[in-house]
Amino acid sequence: MRCRSWGRYPKTTETLKSLRWSTDPLPANDGLKVLPHGLGRSYGDVCLNQSGTLLVTAALDHLLAFDEQNGLLRCESGVSLDEVLRFLVPRGWFLPTTPGTKFVTIGGAIANDVHGKNHHRAGTFGCHVTQFELLRSNGERLLCSRDKNADWFAATIGGLGLTGLITWAEFKVRRMTNAWIEMESIKLDDLGDFFAITRESDHDYEYTVSWLDCMAKGKSLGLGIFMRGNHAKAGVGDLAPHGEPRLSIPLDFPSFALNGLSIRAFNTLYYARLRQRVTKAVVHYNPFFYPLDSINAWNRIYGSRGFFQYQFVVPFSVDDGAIREILKEIGDSGQGSFLAVLKTFGDIPSPGLLSFPRPGVTLALDFPNRGAETFRLFERLDQIVLQAGGRIYPAKDARMSAATFQASYPLWRKFTSYIDPAFSSSFWRRVTS
Amino acid sequence: MTIKNALIIGASSAIAQAVARRLASRGTALVLWSRSAARLEIIAADLRVKYDAKVFVEAFDLNDASLHQAALDRALAAQGPIDLALICHGNLPDQSACEKDFAIVEQAFRINCLGPLSLLTVLGNYFESQGRGCLAAISSVAGDRGRQSNYVYGTTKAALSTFLAGLRNRLYPKGVRVLTIKPGFVDTPMTAHLKKSPLFAAPNKVALDIIRAVETGACVLYTPWFWHWIMLIIRLIPEKIFRKLKM
Repeated sequence: MRCRSWGRYPKTTETLKSLRWSTDPLPANDGLKVLPHGLGRSYGDVCLNQSGTLLVTAALDHLLAFDEQNGLLRCESGVSLDEVLRFLVPRGWFLPTTPGTKFVTIGGAIANDVHGKNHHRAGTFGCHVTQFELLRSNGERLLCSRDKNADWFAATIGGLGLTGLITWAEFKVRRMTNAWIEMESIKLDDLGDFFAITRESDHDYEYTVSWLDCMAKGKSLGLGIFMRGNHAKAGVGDLAPHGEPRLSIPLDFPSFALNGLSIRAFNTLYYARLRQRVTKAVVHYNPFFYPLDSINAWNRIYGSRGFFQYQFVVPFSVDDGAIREILKEIGDSGQGSFLAVLKTFGDIPSPGLLSFPRPGVTLALDFPNRGAETFRLFERLDQIVLQAGGRIYPAKDARMSAATFQASYPLWRKFTSYIDPAFSSSFWRRVTS
Repeated sequence: MTIKNALIIGASSAIAQAVARRLASRGTALVLWSRSAARLEIIAADLRVKYDAKVFVEAFDLNDASLHQAALDRALAAQGPIDLALICHGNLPDQSACEKDFAIVEQAFRINCLGPLSLLTVLGNYFESQGRGCLAAISSVAGDRGRQSNYVYGTTKAALSTFLAGLRNRLYPKGVRVLTIKPGFVDTPMTAHLKKSPLFAAPNKVALDIIRAVETGACVLYTPWFWHWIMLIIRLIPEKIFRKLKM
């Protein structure tokens, strides 16, 4: 059967098998390599397994225990953040950190060690995982925590689903008094603005993120909007969870729909929407954290050729040279689409061996797939990232070279010894060949 | 009718789980029967955590008719009088395997037909003495007409549907409702190997239809609704023509 990741590239063919119960054994080994597959929201090929088996975890959708004293939720690995929020929010709890979509599973959140707008305060999702069960292809079930099977715990967080199947996991959740966020949007005139406001905000604001106009060049390089927010004070709003997505993209857009002109127009409008330099608002958590979740299948606007998301992190430096260089390279290429997301990572270490975030600046940007031209741009960006001592996020990647991966994730060799012999992925074969 | 207490048999099926979640979310207490204790534990944990539901579970071989009465007695002792009993257990035998090996046909009848008939007998008598309640069982549109692609499964469900019709007739004057549920294609593990089409419905949608049909006292439920019209047409085709069709 054909399966697609969110970026709809690469196009692969896999055998789909469904695991019905977390207590069931893994399907019989038929010689094909296996990869657990949740909601397929990774952009590239970490959730794909060309000519192999995808083990679909959708049926593992049960909550198992909620310890209200200590704020600990235990659930099966196929439960989505969407379902977790529907459970937590009315009871006055929230996720410890969340990525930009709620349509990912707990298993996927751990396997990719996802991060969110509060990384500078909370670290990655893996930082809040207290324990999980890892089912290996030899039938062994390992209970993993920071104390028990700690090496397997570290290898599995950010382990891209390769160490075995996470059947269930337990993680810490946080209190909140209502479902609303008090946020401020601040206009950024240039990149210097971003770093200045980041420094000023990281202490007082739990959530920070910026959207940059990647078409901006020269003096306006770094033109954008800085957004910062905190959970609203008691009495500001209710504890109503989010609703269903309202819009849907019913068909693939033709490939010419997104071009330099349409993107420039969108970005200009997006920026001009804000009249004042600082705009304050109280917004529900759903549009604040998940603006794109309100449109089903938004990836179809990039057409059937698909798209890439390029996300990297580079360590902090005095002159922010790498970020400037990359923004200039993207601006000159004219290939970047819509808005780039820029954020600083804090120094809370993840337990994960292959975890992506590290202290520094991270930038994420979508690129429609224009073939060789796009790949050449990425190669140039890779070089700048590598030279700055940075790295690329596997959950978003579909094309980095083995040399790039191995140079930027030096622990990959150590990680190899934890890979289940029956497991593999398209991504892993690509970056280790 | 309001459903305060429900018994779900074959509770680990996808449709059964969807019904259990929907009922539990409205405060219905549940008795769940299934073959596997481990699965029941997971299902019950989910219902308790999410809905603070009162759940009583028991694992045993549902096809063993000798266990049915005693299990019902224990359920009544634990949870009190039952308003709704829903039989969900069944499987989809491989038609081509059935054609080569009659043992598989027999097995399909034990699971889809004989087990449910025993349950319906025991539960029918219970509801008759109680003088109220709803007895519902999941049959299938496949039971409406024999087709080459799945006539063994269809025959088991046809027998079940006929039995339910008779039971409905018998229990109606006693104030007991009997509901025959005929789902079309439902996107569940039972149909995981089939190619998906727009005709496939989500278990949640089917669960919603079932509960509504129980509440309104319906006799036969086609779910989703359009199967009523599809099956009407299929039943009306003369056998002389039907025998030539590839269905």
